[in-house]
Amino acid sequence: MTLGKLSWAAIPFDQPIVMGTLAVVGLGVASILTLVTYKGWWAYLWREWMTSVDHKRIGVMYVILALVMLLRGFADAIMMRTQLAMAAGGAQGYLPPEHYDQIFSAHGTIMIFFVAMPFVVGLMNFAVPLQLGVRDVAFPVLNNVSFWLTAAGVLLVNLSLFVGEFARTGWLAYPPLSEIAYSPGVGVDYYLWSLQISGLGTLLSGINLTTTILKMRAPGMGYSRMPVFCWTALASNLLIVAAFPILTATFAMLLLDRYCGFHFFTNEAGGNPMMYINLIWIWGHPEVYILILPAFGVFSEVVATFSGKPLFGYRSMVMATMAICVLSFMVWLHHFFTMGAGANVNAFFGVMTMIIAVPTGVKVFNWLFTLYGGRIRFTTPLYWALGFMVTFLIGGMTGVLMALPPADFVLHNSLFLIAHFHNTAIGGVVFGVLAGYTYWFPKAFGFTLNERLGKMIFWCWFIGFYLAFMPLYALGLMGATRRMQHYSDMSWRPWMLVALCGAVFIFAGIALTVAQLIVSIRQRDRHRDRTGDPWTGRTLEWSTTSPPPPWNFGRLPRVQTTDAHWASKQGAATLASESNELTSVHLPCNSPTGVFLGFFAVVLGFAMIWHIYWLAACASLGALAVGLIHAWRPEKEIEIAPEEILAHEARAVRGVA
Amino acid sequence: MQAGQTLRGAGRTSLTAVSCVLFASCDRGVLGPKGPIGRAEKLILFDATAIMLAVILPVIVLTLVFAWWYRAGNRRARYLPDWEYSGRMEMIVWSIPTLVVLFLGGMAWIGSHDLDPPRPLQSQNPPLEIDVVSMDWKWLFIYPGKDVAAVNELVVPVRTPIDFHLTSSSVMNSFFIPELGSQIYTMAGMTTQLVLQADVPGVYVGRSAQFSGDGFSDMQFNVRAVSTEDFDKWVAVAKQQTDPLDVSGYASLVQPSHADAPRTFSSVNPGLFDYAVMATTMPTKAESH
Repeated sequence: MTLGKLSWAAIPFDQPIVMGTLAVVGLGVASILTLVTYKGWWAYLWREWMTSVDHKRIGVMYVILALVMLLRGFADAIMMRTQLAMAAGGAQGYLPPEHYDQIFSAHGTIMIFFVAMPFVVGLMNFAVPLQLGVRDVAFPVLNNVSFWLTAAGVLLVNLSLFVGEFARTGWLAYPPLSEIAYSPGVGVDYYLWSLQISGLGTLLSGINLTTTILKMRAPGMGYSRMPVFCWTALASNLLIVAAFPILTATFAMLLLDRYCGFHFFTNEAGGNPMMYINLIWIWGHPEVYILILPAFGVFSEVVATFSGKPLFGYRSMVMATMAICVLSFMVWLHHFFTMGAGANVNAFFGVMTMIIAVPTGVKVFNWLFTLYGGRIRFTTPLYWALGFMVTFLIGGMTGVLMALPPADFVLHNSLFLIAHFHNTAIGGVVFGVLAGYTYWFPKAFGFTLNERLGKMIFWCWFIGFYLAFMPLYALGLMGATRRMQHYSDMSWRPWMLVALCGAVFIFAGIALTVAQLIVSIRQRDRHRDRTGDPWTGRTLEWSTTSPPPPWNFGRLPRVQTTDAHWASKQGAATLASESNELTSVHLPCNSPTGVFLGFFAVVLGFAMIWHIYWLAACASLGALAVGLIHAWRPEKEIEIAPEEILAHEARAVRGVA
Repeated sequence: MQAGQTLRGAGRTSLTAVSCVLFASCDRGVLGPKGPIGRAEKLILFDATAIMLAVILPVIVLTLVFAWWYRAGNRRARYLPDWEYSGRMEMIVWSIPTLVVLFLGGMAWIGSHDLDPPRPLQSQNPPLEIDVVSMDWKWLFIYPGKDVAAVNELVVPVRTPIDFHLTSSSVMNSFFIPELGSQIYTMAGMTTQLVLQADVPGVYVGRSAQFSGDGFSDMQFNVRAVSTEDFDKWVAVAKQQTDPLDVSGYASLVQPSHADAPRTFSSVNPGLFDYAVMATTMPTKAESH
């Protein structure tokens, strides 16, 4: 009783794939921990990273988390592609349904919540305050807490691989399949608790960045002078604030069903599973734009910077962004036209969905006209941007196709749909975050990433995407549905084999990303950025040193125009920083609150998943204690004297000479 | 020379093989409709794609052309470092997608109504009602007018509108026959309605398009579209067996099972479908009723 449902039977000793993975992961983690201990890096990691409240450090940690989870999510992907390349005709492949079903559920959950989300949030965390010309986000400690809550969710999801199981319900856990009657195991509980915890982190992060953008811009930076990436970040974070509570409430109701015998979404006793499907998509569709809008922002910065021109149609771009932000809440029903809601309802949501294509189309045209008349430098980020423009147009087109209810009636839940959303998720979000990663890397670390490898990575992903997902469009039209563990129609097989080849290309891209990081670190002296402005940038982050000091800007810049840094380089307007007097800067102290809250969140989640209620109570009390201690902490700040700021600036200038 | 010929021959053979695969694919599934609903949906799919390609292809080409022409090394390209606004261009930029969407929006509105799943089809033959129950993990088809039922095989007369009434005995599924057109969800405690028709005799594959658990991949059934005479013959043969489907038989049928072989029932309890709709909504297990 003391351990709830937990016993040795929870560890899948009989599954060689899982045990092999456990061995590899265990060895990897153990060797990293040993190395860190042996080298005596713990103190450094604790002081400079884990307890850091510096938005740049937190941003970097989010991105590292996302890259690590990309490996996990991709491992799931290539297992599925291999399974489907094998399991044709009478063959069953190497993954039985009860395993395969966990893999596709984990793949979707991980890629959306623990790869795309942290990557996007990490880039926003890193770049937004720098672009706004401020010293940190509005609530620095809360920022650290958000990160650790996300990390807690990540830990729980990965734990499910080795202790118990993961959901076998698909990445959105539709009831009644996800109800206790049909999913009695702990898989759905792992899913729910890890997403509840990380979702809370995301919501807090959304509040933080929204406040930052609304309240903390450099002097003179009115809304009409804000970089477009900040606009897209604002839209994205507003959506987080509006949409994530819906997710939390929906999951809370499903948890009540599963733990306390409620009937919100059950078949029996007046429950209504369709209500869950509505609610989850009222969160889910804005979520799509939470991810893609910041990617649009990255492309706006990249295309303008490397064309050597201001973004064409700034005001159009802003209007389009905010239009998408509002409209994204009015289209959720297009995810289930086949529910039988009736012609008027379907038609309404179909038309609303298409209307979103208008501002999106405007954006593409604006990027196109930014290229026009430019002096284009073909760097890696620009490769990603061009690849995105071509690919995303196709994804947008297939999206509008499925917004036509009668077309959706034959395409819904098919591999065509899978191809469509990977077309936008990879061609849009992944290309976007990788562009942002390459673009801001020198700002974060003071040296650029290896360009040759960067372009190879691009080609691997680009070719890999087309090889992997164009066949899925064809298969969808042939009537292949998603989530099948095996299929009888042998004519699907050639397409499945091509798709597997595509996955191998993407694998090469991911492997090269790791290689690029190692090579670039080794060559860092050759690619050192001593100017702070390696790309001839336009926005304020390029006006400070690379990496920026903890206080970002010694003197807060005074903004008189859009593209303030560019204008000051042209002599058109000064940032006028010389005229402000240099005063000492106050920075918040490090805080261990986030680490401890994250720890108790993991324990609470794990205890609830396994029904170990005494432990859950202890963890809740622990979290409460951490909160109380934080609330009564002594108010201390670090003061940076003007001399120190001047010394940093002098060092940076010497670097140039 | 002979080697060259062999090579060329091999090349031709493989080309034929590839095009066979491609064309075989095009003739099947959603792109090879065998009934009026599927045909109308394929037409909408093609029309909408063509309209959008007319805008998208030029934009893709322009993206690549602009990127190439305005490359930093091209001295003939004119650099416009301050060109960031043009009212005329903005006008065009907003109106092109707006016009496309106005057109497609009209298509969506009309198409949603014309192809609304329960909408009756015009036909010289009177419609045939078939009740569908999705189970873990099989399909039950009840022919209330004929007093027969079948599992995992759907036999329908050609050129006859089939009026499907659908529900689920457990989790949600989606009833989908790609060659005939629209799919629709099956949900416990609820009835959805879908009208389809097969015009060409043949065997088509139907399946669930909504993941429903471990046995999902086997929720596949053959749809035999046959002449009216053959259909009547099939009904007669089914009736000759003595394998009736009543409430207790239904209770054992709903127990989870994988990849069941097709079978028929010689008679069906009247009202069994209504019972199937309500059975899972009761707080206790279906067997106790």
